[in-house]
Amino acid sequence: MAKFKKKSEASQEIPTSALPDIIFMLLFFFMVTTVLRETTINVRQSIPAATELRKLQRKSLVSYLYMGKPKQNLVGTFGTEPKIQANDVFINPKDLVLWVSQEKDKLSEVERDQITIALKVDKEVKMGLVSDVQLELRNANARKLMYTTITDIN
Amino acid sequence: MADIAFLLLIFFLVTTTIANDRGLSMQLPPKPEQDQEIIKIPERNNFKILINSADRMLVEGEPLNDYREIREMVKDHVLNNGRDENMSDSPKEAVVSFKADRGTSYEVYIQVLNQVQGAYYDMYAARAGVSNKKWREIASDIGNPENKRIYDAARKDFPMAISISEPSKIGGN
Repeated sequence: MAKFKKKSEASQEIPTSALPDIIFMLLFFFMVTTVLRETTINVRQSIPAATELRKLQRKSLVSYLYMGKPKQNLVGTFGTEPKIQANDVFINPKDLVLWVSQEKDKLSEVERDQITIALKVDKEVKMGLVSDVQLELRNANARKLMYTTITDIN
Repeated sequence: MADIAFLLLIFFLVTTTIANDRGLSMQLPPKPEQDQEIIKIPERNNFKILINSADRMLVEGEPLNDYREIREMVKDHVLNNGRDENMSDSPKEAVVSFKADRGTSYEVYIQVLNQVQGAYYDMYAARAGVSNKKWREIASDIGNPENKRIYDAARKDFPMAISISEPSKIGGN
């Protein structure tokens, strides 16, 4: 009759003495990569996907504009029409020239004409609003645009 | 110790939003001057894309359902070099003109722009002898002199002429 091998005497517990080190490593990774959001986004953001993406080179030159319908809890105050959010407030297209000049003032003088506007626009927004914004940005001479999109996996 | 670290780890895991700083880049034309003369583009050099307020496309006078077909059509148009009399004379003169309506949805606009830009990136990448992805990396970082050299060489006499007209107001809002 075949003899079964006896269970080995080796301990079967996972050594946990290195656990705190691993956890700390993960912790530091997340601490370093975390960017705390400066503005609360008050518009619905379901961003379209695209394939031919390019990366923004310098974050410091970028100003963000968010467009979309106001979030559910703000519908009572602001209605359901898509709005433009700059920093923390809703603005009208005609105020964009002022906003751009404020954003340009934050940059050093040599970099002012390199300002890039990143448009984070909800899928459902109509082109009318987007083109109004683009027209004002042309007037404000902020002509570098980035339509922020997510990567299309298909 | 590990408990505290776990607690902090979970906090950061939950609060982290991975920054999304990618997208379609575009340069707007300068502000129009008062006495600007209108330049007529010969019909054959102009590749026309129209989108109405119901998100239906009309490409070169024909209705088109799948926007992914635009990519190859743009390439054929630009690289025609005078062979077909309905398409461009040379890449230098070819123009893709793109007009939406105020009622067109942003998503469709992005999809079409994505295809047109993708067509150009494919052609540039082929000229530079790199992949499309690599080309986009090069084009995003032209501060580097080596990248700048490749970029300028591929774009010489080959402008990315995408003209986006002001939208029509039929579908309005």
